[in-house]
Amino acid sequence: MSQLQVKVASIQDVSAGVRHFTLVDASGGELPAFSGGSHIVVTMPAPGRTYRNAYSLLSSPEDRAHYEIAVHRQPQSRGGSIYMHEAVKVGSVLDISYPVNLFALSRVAKHHLLIAGGIGITPFMAQIHDLERLGGDYSLHYGFRSREHAAFADALKGRVSQRAVCYDESLGQRMDFDALLRAQPLGTHVYACGPQGMVEALVATARALGWPEHHIHSEQFLAPPVGEPFTLKLSKSELEITVQGDMSMLEALEAAGVDAPSLCRGGACGRCELEVLGTDGQLQHHDHYLSDADKASGRKIMPCVSRAKCGYLELNL
Amino acid sequence: MSLAFKQETFRDDYTFRNSPEAIRRFPFPFPEDQYMYSVNIEPHTAGPKGAVTEFTLDVDEHYVAECRDKAITLEQDPGRCAVLPHMMDAEWDFLEFTMESLARDYPEQFSLSKNGKAWTWVNRPLGIEQSFVFGDAATLPMGPFEYMGRQVQGDFVLLDQREDTLFADAGIVTSQADWSLAFNVGMSWNEWHGPVPQVTKLGVMDRALKFLMSLQQANPVRRLNWTMTINPRLDTSPENYPLWGGDRNKVTAENAGELAHLRVELQTLFRMPRSNAIVFSIRCYLISMQEMATYPRWAKRFHRVLRDLHPDLVEYKGITKYQQAVLAWLSRFDDGADIGTGTQPE
Repeated sequence: MSQLQVKVASIQDVSAGVRHFTLVDASGGELPAFSGGSHIVVTMPAPGRTYRNAYSLLSSPEDRAHYEIAVHRQPQSRGGSIYMHEAVKVGSVLDISYPVNLFALSRVAKHHLLIAGGIGITPFMAQIHDLERLGGDYSLHYGFRSREHAAFADALKGRVSQRAVCYDESLGQRMDFDALLRAQPLGTHVYACGPQGMVEALVATARALGWPEHHIHSEQFLAPPVGEPFTLKLSKSELEITVQGDMSMLEALEAAGVDAPSLCRGGACGRCELEVLGTDGQLQHHDHYLSDADKASGRKIMPCVSRAKCGYLELNL
Repeated sequence: MSLAFKQETFRDDYTFRNSPEAIRRFPFPFPEDQYMYSVNIEPHTAGPKGAVTEFTLDVDEHYVAECRDKAITLEQDPGRCAVLPHMMDAEWDFLEFTMESLARDYPEQFSLSKNGKAWTWVNRPLGIEQSFVFGDAATLPMGPFEYMGRQVQGDFVLLDQREDTLFADAGIVTSQADWSLAFNVGMSWNEWHGPVPQVTKLGVMDRALKFLMSLQQANPVRRLNWTMTINPRLDTSPENYPLWGGDRNKVTAENAGELAHLRVELQTLFRMPRSNAIVFSIRCYLISMQEMATYPRWAKRFHRVLRDLHPDLVEYKGITKYQQAVLAWLSRFDDGADIGTGTQPE
């Protein structure tokens, strides 16, 4: 896969635990245009292991001079967000993927309802550039724990205050999903990005109200959960690889030099799907991609975020 | 690269011919004696010098004549270019993509200069010079997709990605193998692949769709498809069936070498940046049996492929009426010798 090389032009702390990075093309050229909702996968060569995390692009998709991302320091990070906060400095050079959009605006929607929680505001920052440029009809609802966690509230206020509603939880302000969804005109698409509980509640409410499945959009990048070590047996390459407790299967495959496809690395896109041939334990599915039937079948697994509680897991790879 | 563009026609008197160089670079699609439909998608990386895959978009000796033929077809039936209104970003993506590719790969023929959003495009083979404002469709003589669609060989379909599938929401289609843009525009992936035999049960289309949904910018892919056409006709559309359908009854063992053509489609797919749409390019290459037989290895191979083709595919590709005549013409080249695998001419 073709990659881009970027240099960190500036770093800013925008709210509690959130660091904002401005990236420019390392050789001084233009960066590719993208569509609002896109993310990049940043490769982080930490000592001893390489992390690859997806971050939404929040800058204007038309701005070819730089990309902006915001990284929330995860309290239970395995290391990726800590690396971004501690090891990456102004002038650091990073390899990133080309932009990929798994959270695209529907171009046939009559109205766009954007629901952001906390750091989940980032893809919407780029999408509202597209919506403003295209004259799209939209409203944005942005919830945060308190003023000091409201990374982009001021930026929104200046730009699109008449379309944005902010909810400060510390003041008891909460979104009422049921009332909000009921008030939308026919043909509305809803987009949710934020903490897992918020996204799941929004999606469940929309379904319960009978919203068409294709009008409900959500994006969550999962970090691979920590588990117990186990062994991968690869039937085609006849390799055995140990997956450490704080590593994902995908990372273990890559560290062993196995050519395993991947794209979003957060359980969303489906590109890394592998066929399971057998195990002496239980698969632990964490992705948003496989259907419940696929998960129950025990024949498929997404190695970017899922793992197994077992002695060995045999893959057709 | 210097290109000598030929004066030739793809209708009426059919003066289209391939030069020896064009025959040698023909994208012959059969590595084995047996053909079965498959996805056969591979990365669209630069091929060897002179190959049709050397550059992102291939411009060859037929460029000027093909663009002229496309203009005639569009003049007679403007519906061959259709764009749904939500595809405007994809139209500009397409314009930028084609202009940048052509200017980069064929600097003697094409150039593009930019001053912010004020762009100037020069197409020397077609004698075009156009200044316009990128993003402002009023500064072009027609929509950006049709404008550049007329200046590149082949057909183009813009696919919008939504609802877990791909919709054919724009197209400029003048050299199609018997399918109708007017009928297909707005259709989803499964709708427009419905008629292809022997593939649904294999799950081929589901796998291909899943693969394309995660197609990345800067990582295009390609595949070859093929059929046959009588006379070197680009516009074999259902709309104009009366103009070409009857030719299929005229093929004999004597004239098949001249009349029957292998029609190979180089299909390439590119992810666009602003719209997240996919450009699906279908570039048609024609070669008569006579031209193909200048390389006996190809004639042997094609004789075997055509002889043993699954009856459903013979029917689907519209070859039924003249299959035996072409086989009779080709059989003289096939001594039954093992020619190994690979698509090379010799």
